[in-house]
Amino acid sequence: MTGEVVFSSKPLWACLVSLLAVIPIVRSRKDPHRREMWSFGAAFVKFAIVLSMLPVIMSGKEIVFTLWEILPGAPIQFRVDALGMLFALVASSLWIITTLYGIGYMRGLKEHAQTRFFAFFAVALSATLGVAFSANLLTLYIFYEILSLSTYPLVTHHQDKEARGGGRTYLTYLLGTSVGFVLPALVYCYIKTDGNLDFASHGALVGLVSSKEALVLMLLLVFGFAKGGLMPFHSWLPGAMVAPTPVSALLHAVAVVKVGVFCILRVITGVLGVETLEEFDLGTILAWIAGFTVVVSSLIALSQDNLKRRLAFSTIGQLAYITLGAALLAPKGLTGSFMHIAMHAFGKITLFFCAGAIFVANGKKYISQCKGLAQEMPYTMTAFAIGALSVVGIPPAGGFISKFYLVTGTMESGMYHATIFYLISSFLNACYFFPIIFTVFFQKPEQPITGIKESHPCCVAALCITASFTLILFFNPGPFFWLSSMMSRAVFGL
Amino acid sequence: MFEHSLMLTILPPIFASLVATLMGLWKPRFALPVALGAIGFSMFGSIITLASVTQDGFVQYFLGNWSEPRGIGIEFRVDHISALMLVLITSVAFLSLIYASGKLKEEVPGKEPLFYTLYLLLTGGLLGICMTADAFNLYVMLEITSLTSYALVAMGSGRRAAFSAYHYVIMGTIGASFYLLGVGYLYIRTGSLNMMDINRIILEQGLQQSPTIIVAFIMILIGMLVKMAFFPLSGWLTNTYTHAPSCTGNLAAPLMTKVSVYVMVRMMLTVFGVDFVFDELVWSPIMVWLAVIAIGAGSIMALAQTDLKRMLCCLIIAEVGYMVGGAWLANHHGMTGAIFHIFSDGAMTLCLFLAAGIFFHKNGTGDIGALKGMYQRMPLTMGAFTLGAFSMIGVPPTCGFFSKFYLIRGGLESGHYEYVVALLLSSLVNAILFFRIFETAYFGDLSHDDHGHAHHHEEVEVDEAPPTMLAPLIVAAVSLVILGLYNSAIASFIGKTLTPLAIGGAG
Repeated sequence: MTGEVVFSSKPLWACLVSLLAVIPIVRSRKDPHRREMWSFGAAFVKFAIVLSMLPVIMSGKEIVFTLWEILPGAPIQFRVDALGMLFALVASSLWIITTLYGIGYMRGLKEHAQTRFFAFFAVALSATLGVAFSANLLTLYIFYEILSLSTYPLVTHHQDKEARGGGRTYLTYLLGTSVGFVLPALVYCYIKTDGNLDFASHGALVGLVSSKEALVLMLLLVFGFAKGGLMPFHSWLPGAMVAPTPVSALLHAVAVVKVGVFCILRVITGVLGVETLEEFDLGTILAWIAGFTVVVSSLIALSQDNLKRRLAFSTIGQLAYITLGAALLAPKGLTGSFMHIAMHAFGKITLFFCAGAIFVANGKKYISQCKGLAQEMPYTMTAFAIGALSVVGIPPAGGFISKFYLVTGTMESGMYHATIFYLISSFLNACYFFPIIFTVFFQKPEQPITGIKESHPCCVAALCITASFTLILFFNPGPFFWLSSMMSRAVFGL
Repeated sequence: MFEHSLMLTILPPIFASLVATLMGLWKPRFALPVALGAIGFSMFGSIITLASVTQDGFVQYFLGNWSEPRGIGIEFRVDHISALMLVLITSVAFLSLIYASGKLKEEVPGKEPLFYTLYLLLTGGLLGICMTADAFNLYVMLEITSLTSYALVAMGSGRRAAFSAYHYVIMGTIGASFYLLGVGYLYIRTGSLNMMDINRIILEQGLQQSPTIIVAFIMILIGMLVKMAFFPLSGWLTNTYTHAPSCTGNLAAPLMTKVSVYVMVRMMLTVFGVDFVFDELVWSPIMVWLAVIAIGAGSIMALAQTDLKRMLCCLIIAEVGYMVGGAWLANHHGMTGAIFHIFSDGAMTLCLFLAAGIFFHKNGTGDIGALKGMYQRMPLTMGAFTLGAFSMIGVPPTCGFFSKFYLIRGGLESGHYEYVVALLLSSLVNAILFFRIFETAYFGDLSHDDHGHAHHHEEVEVDEAPPTMLAPLIVAAVSLVILGLYNSAIASFIGKTLTPLAIGGAG
């Protein structure tokens, strides 16, 4: 890659800190207050380490740390570049807020096995940052698998029949695709590049593969990272909604699914290379796959009455936005994709927080039960409205900016059918979010409202924070914008 | 550097087996320290051997200092591959002996000294197979291991053990007879029994097209395929290791099949030579397809099992398919993968069998359904079992992932896509198999379940296995990760013997 390289163990520590926190979390299982203190401590330390790397990255340098030479040419290595930084920043900052929310949610519902919950949460976060900072495909794969496995106990937390079913789907899809598709593709890349799996800024395989090979590798990798939720390998996500809401919020709106699209973006830019995709006209194929997912998932979302399921299908669509943005193979589109990782994260986590808060406060899971709920839970529902605006892409919410870039990208690349995908989908997003807002704000409640009855204060605080961030990001996208455009310029060599 | 290290490795178990018998007559409780000491010495010797091989490339030892090549002198010769085999055998023997020390009284009451005698002899025989450079001496060692293992299996309680031992005797003898016949043909044609010497004669006299040599190879191959339980010659394995005492199973299951694979590889590389095996006989496609069938059959049979040990036995059959297929891919990476998998599969099988033994010890049944709530009752055992299972599935950074990595690489490079597909499917089947167990162990009883949050999970007391059983299990589980982390070191170590052979043309 271009630019100066700084050698530092910071990425390792950023990754390890939550893993190490598992020990004190488990040890202090008898004392919940102390246990949560450790979770918070780890979250803050992690965020601080990530933040301390930001100035270095912003100045155009990269941070590299080699942990272990596990295969010749493919060591376990960390390399922090703008894209990794962006993702790490999103994941680590939202972990702090989710911990706050998680405390409220778990205590509000008096859940069992809270220690296990917080411990595996911490492991999952380590794996997420590991993915963000991976320097090569093998390291990425290792952390990707660790993330799949460490989130299994979280998804199946309730330990009932429904959880078992959801967990089965979850693992079948995620392990099936990663072992069945990514692993052979990884070995094939290793052979093709003569033993070098590093992500190069212009693509490691450029000029090394024929058009057929490129097509097969692209399909294997794009569908193999099924966490990215491209249809037809998306069903694990709605199934995984049996998890407690903090898990759905952080992992299935932010960490896990974003790891999926992050991996897709990484292999498109760093392994296959934009040039390869352009040369063999693969961008169009990918755009149709992603576009299909964008439209169909939004249509399915329309018919869901379970709030979390509706959000899940909305997530699938929004993830495909990101893949579609990359498939445009245009600088603005790619910037939009990168930025959408952050913008969608803040908007969607707010929505999930709200769904969980409603459940904690009065056990409601279905939209049809929520008539007039805004009178009872004004803060939650206002936050929900802001989150919905962001996902639909209406100012003044952060989602508008990334969507603006994505649509500009379609113009830039001349893929006008992609423009239509984005517009139809935005319309559909509005169609499935605004009725909810209408229901909760303007419809008459079935039972008379006795007064304000919000959820656990920790939950309310958390969702207010993310909602305000969603607004702030519209006025000042700050580091997210700079990092995205830096990365996009590096990829296109501008 | 120190050629006597070979004797230091093999003699302690063999002499100690005699001592253990005598001790057993006098003071039975001394038999265990004798066995432990002998295997400890042997492990020490194998590590010195490994060091010598690292330095010199090989270690040679002429028994009785009888070194004329065409004489009847027996040569022991250890190269990079066999040096690693020695370490594997001694470590597995040591760990399962520690396990046996606590469990034996329960499994073979009153026969402990006899058990130790046979156990030591079996270990010695396995070590001998991996050391010897003499084709007939290898047969002798093979018989030592076979006879001792028949007896060890028959020590299991009940008629099933006796019957499976009988089945095992028949199949084992057939295998050994094939091998002996093959060696006979070789001797007729070349007049030599020394492996290097046979290879030299085949090359010098241009015997590659000689029907005698081809028949010899077929005989030896079939013999070894029976011994390693290559499907469909694998019927004996499942019953044998399921009904044998767990102390026997822990030693035999990880080692016996693997050592047979080693013999096949040794015959291919050293005795008949790579040119003969891969260029003269164009059997690669057939053997790889047979391996694909073996992998598939093993996986499908495993799906049908409800008993943990039986399931593991079926998986061994699938894993044997991995190794045979890898060895017959006829290229460097396939062979590296096959040999690396010998070690990683040995470690995985040990780990899983130790865990299965502990579950049986606690539950009194090997049924998978009896593992309900095990994550809470036995977190350490279950954790180690999980690690072993991850390695079987091929989750990085465990060693199972890397053996698959090499094997898939070999498969793609040689264009045997059917083998790659079989490997990937079998990983997925493994995932299904083990996650079924994890589910049972994690979810516990779901029969009286009400949806929602009214959970009253009563606190389950942690009830772990005794340390003599737990410690070897944990060591075995940790070794999976260590083998994985050091995979490239091991692969390049094996490569020092493989690269000069130039399998498949390139190094």
